[in-house]
Amino acid sequence: MFKIIEKSTPSIKVNKFVIEAPEIAKKVLPGQFVILRLDEKGERIPITVADKDIEKGTITLFIQEVGKTTTKMGTLKNGDSILDIVGPLGVPSHIENFGTVLCIAGGVGVAVIYPIAKALKEKGNKIISILGARSKDFMILENEIKKISDEFYITTDDGSYVQKGFVSDVLKKLIAQSPGKPVADIVYAIGPVPMMRVISDITKQHNLKTIVSLNPIMVDGTGMCGACRVSVGGVTKFACVEGPDFDGHLVNWAELVNRLCVFKTKEKESLDHHCKLDK
Amino acid sequence: MEKIPRQKMPVQNPQERVKNFSSVALGYSEEQAILEAKRCIQCKNPTCVKGCPVEINIPGFIKEIANKNFTAAAKILKDKNNLPAVCGRVCPQETQCEIKCVLSKKSDPVAIGRLERFIADWERKNSPMSLPAKDSVEGDVPNLKSEILNLRSKVAILGSGPAGLTCAADLAKLGYEVTIFESLHTPGGVLMYGIPEFRLPKDIVHHEIDYIKSLGVKIKTNMLVGKIKTVKELFDEGYKAIFIGTGAGLPQFLGIPGENLNKIYSANEFLTRVNLMKAYKFPEYDTPVNIGKRVAVFGAGNVAMDSARVSLRLGAEEVFIVYRRSEKEMPARLEEIENAKEEGVKFHLLTAPIKFIGDENNNVIKVECLKMELGEPDASGRRRPVPIKGSEFTIDVDTVVIAIGQTPNPLLPKTISDLKIGKHGNIIVDEVTGATNIPGIYAGGDIATGAATVIDAMGAGKRAARAIDEYVKSKK
Ligand SMILES: Cc1cc2nc3c(=O)[nH]c(=O)nc-3n(C[C@H](O)[C@H](O)[C@H](O)COP(=O)(O)OP(=O)(O)OC[C@H]3O[C@@H](n4cnc5c(N)ncnc54)[C@H](O)[C@@H]3O)c2cc1C
Ligand SMILES: Cc1cc2nc3c(=O)[nH]c(=O)nc-3n(C[C@H](O)[C@H](O)[C@H](O)COP(=O)(O)OP(=O)(O)OC[C@H]3O[C@@H](n4cnc5c(N)ncnc54)[C@H](O)[C@@H]3O)c2cc1C
Ligand code: SF4
Ligand code: FES
Repeated sequence: MFKIIEKSTPSIKVNKFVIEAPEIAKKVLPGQFVILRLDEKGERIPITVADKDIEKGTITLFIQEVGKTTTKMGTLKNGDSILDIVGPLGVPSHIENFGTVLCIAGGVGVAVIYPIAKALKEKGNKIISILGARSKDFMILENEIKKISDEFYITTDDGSYVQKGFVSDVLKKLIAQSPGKPVADIVYAIGPVPMMRVISDITKQHNLKTIVSLNPIMVDGTGMCGACRVSVGGVTKFACVEGPDFDGHLVNWAELVNRLCVFKTKEKESLDHHCKLDK
Repeated sequence: MEKIPRQKMPVQNPQERVKNFSSVALGYSEEQAILEAKRCIQCKNPTCVKGCPVEINIPGFIKEIANKNFTAAAKILKDKNNLPAVCGRVCPQETQCEIKCVLSKKSDPVAIGRLERFIADWERKNSPMSLPAKDSVEGDVPNLKSEILNLRSKVAILGSGPAGLTCAADLAKLGYEVTIFESLHTPGGVLMYGIPEFRLPKDIVHHEIDYIKSLGVKIKTNMLVGKIKTVKELFDEGYKAIFIGTGAGLPQFLGIPGENLNKIYSANEFLTRVNLMKAYKFPEYDTPVNIGKRVAVFGAGNVAMDSARVSLRLGAEEVFIVYRRSEKEMPARLEEIENAKEEGVKFHLLTAPIKFIGDENNNVIKVECLKMELGEPDASGRRRPVPIKGSEFTIDVDTVVIAIGQTPNPLLPKTISDLKIGKHGNIIVDEVTGATNIPGIYAGGDIATGAATVIDAMGAGKRAARAIDEYVKSKK
């Protein structure tokens, strides 16, 4: 059992959990994730570790409510427990001194990019961050990211905060402002699949190497089941053991989008079942 | 004396059983078991035992059944086999012990496997073992004081499939302090996530694992060794030896166009959803599985038969096994092929897929295949399938399961520097001892042999336990 030390709701539909998991805290690196199972009948869901505290023996997760398990998690309180957490899983992000790194994140992807950006900053990189959210109330970790950024931009889809637009708009503007010279040595883009896809399309035209963090459906997370397979450069890769970070220019995005929808009707059935049980 | 015929095993009727996940085979009655046991002529030099990888005293336990001494029979059985109810259900006895039984020369061999199952089930119902209290399961040996425990050597077992469980149990019986590290949330390996409930009920696996815990073995779940801990760290923590039983993991795919379309599963994903995550009880359980009306399963081993039979039970109307060789070469257990046929699984033999075709939503709708004929024998000794030119045809499907095998999961071996690995990613070991090229590290089961059988994995665990004991003693 893994105890929840602290739960809060920093944005609409995103809950933050600080969970006691000393062994995972000791080992986890930026870019890695855990798989958790809430209870005996629960599904195994993958979640990135956004932060850790080795001394306190805790890990921090930001979890967006999208379906049954994540919604149910929203009802948990301090002191409650999660039945199973396995991790760290996946290959840690590649951290080195590239020079300038452009970190682009949207939605709950901000939680995924945070530990990576922090580690890149510690390695001496210049960090340019672009964060996006649907509206002001959906923004997470703004101050934390701002603190480690040398340049910092925010967009909201509805214009309710700072600047109306998408993260891709800022990217295009930055590229336009720096003719003949690349805006960054490498780009990290993490967020909803359509966002990562658009960013990768733009950066490909400008030959900017782009790393994305893929979120295919997973079951075991140890390379045993093959559910998480994605096509990268025409080769089948298992995202749980060979990823989740991949070269955004090589990802077969159409296939990923399709495979993410495969359980849509079933997931709705599951959520309805859960809602009925609660009544 | 009138000759007793080999006793038939009562089974659920095929029309009924395809609608449920309860056991297909129902087990012998006491009378039947005694009759069957009396068929054994108690050979002086029992050839059957030579066919058993864990060396059960077969005539010994059968004699006790014939004499109605079931407790004594169970004791003899468990002396060598820590998972008898599992083996009695899933071992390919027809190609191991029973094929070597002298009676098989003139008539049917003694039904050794069914007798094994009978005794294990009888013991479970009639003489419940004393289990450790729930919360001590993680921890202590019931009767040993902690000072004594501290003096015992620690051994770590990686993976809780039949190889790891057997190695752990045998070492515990020898007095070692054994900890199993398992990456999934439930121990048992393929016994839990692969083999379906109707062939191997999960409460039976739990029961046998509880028995192993009662010997003092600790099981730590949710521990993916290689990530949470390295082998080196385990040695630093004071483990004197390590046994790797991490199994065959990585599913193989066909490598043909369209393979990543939706509703094309690897058998591992399909069976894990259904068995480990109980998707057949969705939405009471959270994990879903999509099943259509027409399912094609590629492959013809136990994994393929299980996938086909699970598909029927999930409500598919037509289920095909598609296999590129002929029936004679099918690697599945005979009993399971027969069961599948009785339940209505259809067979497309000498057929190989060349591509999958999807609809506008990227769901698979057809598979294009080629007819094959058998040519000369290949390296495996089986006749090689050769495509017949111009024989292309398509099968309409809406779900596909690929069950053409697994290769050893490279995750852990990759984290052990200098460990000798074979061409296919298997760990290279000494066949007798299970020793790897690194002192103190042993391995066995599917990770060493490639996908094989439960009993082979158990045999490897047993031999390694013996070797580990010698190794640890030699170091003292
Ligand atoms: C490596 C990785 C890291 C992730 N990190 C985070 C994170 O830090 N924070 C966060 O909020 N979310 C993260 N996710 C996504 C998260 O796993 C899903 O939102 C969650 O599984 C949905 O579960 P559910 O039962 O609530 O919804 P469901 O009703 O099961 O599904 C809703 C939608 O979520 C997606 N989904 C469903 N099951 C899975 C699955 N097993 N794996 C991936 N996606 C799935 C599908 O697109 C589905 O349509 C991550 C996913 C991956 C693969
Ligand atoms: C569907 C199916 C049906 C089968 N039917 C039969 C049958 O009827 N008869 C028969 O004899 N055989 C059958 N087999 C084969 C048999 O199950 C295997 O040969 C046997 O289970 C191998 O045992 P093992 O202990 O080597 O590995 P496994 O049973 O694979 O167990 C390995 C365990 O190690 C864990 N693990 C992996 N990596 C790590 C790590 N890094 N750290 C910690 N833990 C890890 C895994 O989660 C798993 O629990 C079947 C196999 C399948 C898939
Ligand atoms: S070979 Fe057959 S008859 Fe002889 S002891 Fe073994 S089971 Fe009995
Ligand atoms: S999630 Fe099963 S192989 Fe990646």
